[in-house]
Amino acid sequence: MTGQALYAVVGCALFCLGFHALVVAAHPLRRLLAVNVMGSSVFLVLVAGSAPGDPLPQALVITGIVVAVAATALGLNLLLRLSVPAADGESGGGESGNGRQPS
Amino acid sequence: MKRAGSAVLALVLAGLAALMAWIVTRPVQPGRDVPAHIAGSIGDSGVSHPVTAVLLNFRGYDTLLELVVLLVALAGVRCLAPLPPPRGGAPVGGVLSELASLLLPVLVLVALYLLWAGASRPGGAFQGGALLAAAGILALLAGRDRFLWRFEHRLWPLASLGVGVFLIVAAGTLGGSGVLLGLPPGHAGTLILVIEGFALFSIAVTLVALFLGTGELEDREP
Repeated sequence: MTGQALYAVVGCALFCLGFHALVVAAHPLRRLLAVNVMGSSVFLVLVAGSAPGDPLPQALVITGIVVAVAATALGLNLLLRLSVPAADGESGGGESGNGRQPS
Repeated sequence: MKRAGSAVLALVLAGLAALMAWIVTRPVQPGRDVPAHIAGSIGDSGVSHPVTAVLLNFRGYDTLLELVVLLVALAGVRCLAPLPPPRGGAPVGGVLSELASLLLPVLVLVALYLLWAGASRPGGAFQGGALLAAAGILALLAGRDRFLWRFEHRLWPLASLGVGVFLIVAAGTLGGSGVLLGLPPGHAGTLILVIEGFALFSIAVTLVALFLGTGELEDREP
């Protein structure tokens, strides 16, 4: 097995680990991180699984990384909004830091 | 019951990982040799680095819509009701403040270099934009964010500058050659630099605004 193929196999394993965390984890932040790990593993498979020196997957991954950062920022802001009580005095998730109780 | 369920899940996922690993290690048999195809037409792209040529010329449509995705994410964040400003945290020390004032010009310079280098080697608007955004966030954390205030009230024009310039170029090529984003080979290099320059700035502004989240600059204690 070449080094490049090994990276692709590691990407597959990371994807399934991330998916496992997404299904099992209760805290929204852990789920967001799990989705991040899955996304990064897709980038890894895309680059390592392509022909050596193929610029097309590299270009796709560069844009994908920036989109992933932006999507994560949106998710984090939604999580913060969930965890902080609303400004008009309505009590939201309280001080526990997570919007949903872990089951 | 729960243990059995998680054991089954782990088994299924391990099987899925093995199946995917088997698939990605199969030898690739492309219908058309894409790297050779790109290498063959790179002379018309205006740049000599294949990744930049793919990003800004051959698949410029992808990159344009990708910049729109950044704007949509920013719109989503700014639509949320404002959060209370973060409390606590240690005051900014003299070391961080001095280090930031030393690093900020260097970061801006390296970001601009990355933009320029993208034509012939790894680099370009996304890498440079990420670095410029890092410079902005460092300025925020070190309390040297006075220069960011003037951006605050013009956030949307500045953040959509990249998409706007890209669309103007797209409309120009559609009118000129009849092909959307079919950059004329003679001017492709200049057009790519212009698109990338504005995109770099907009990416940096968008990422810093995403870092700020729903909070306004005035709310934050430096």
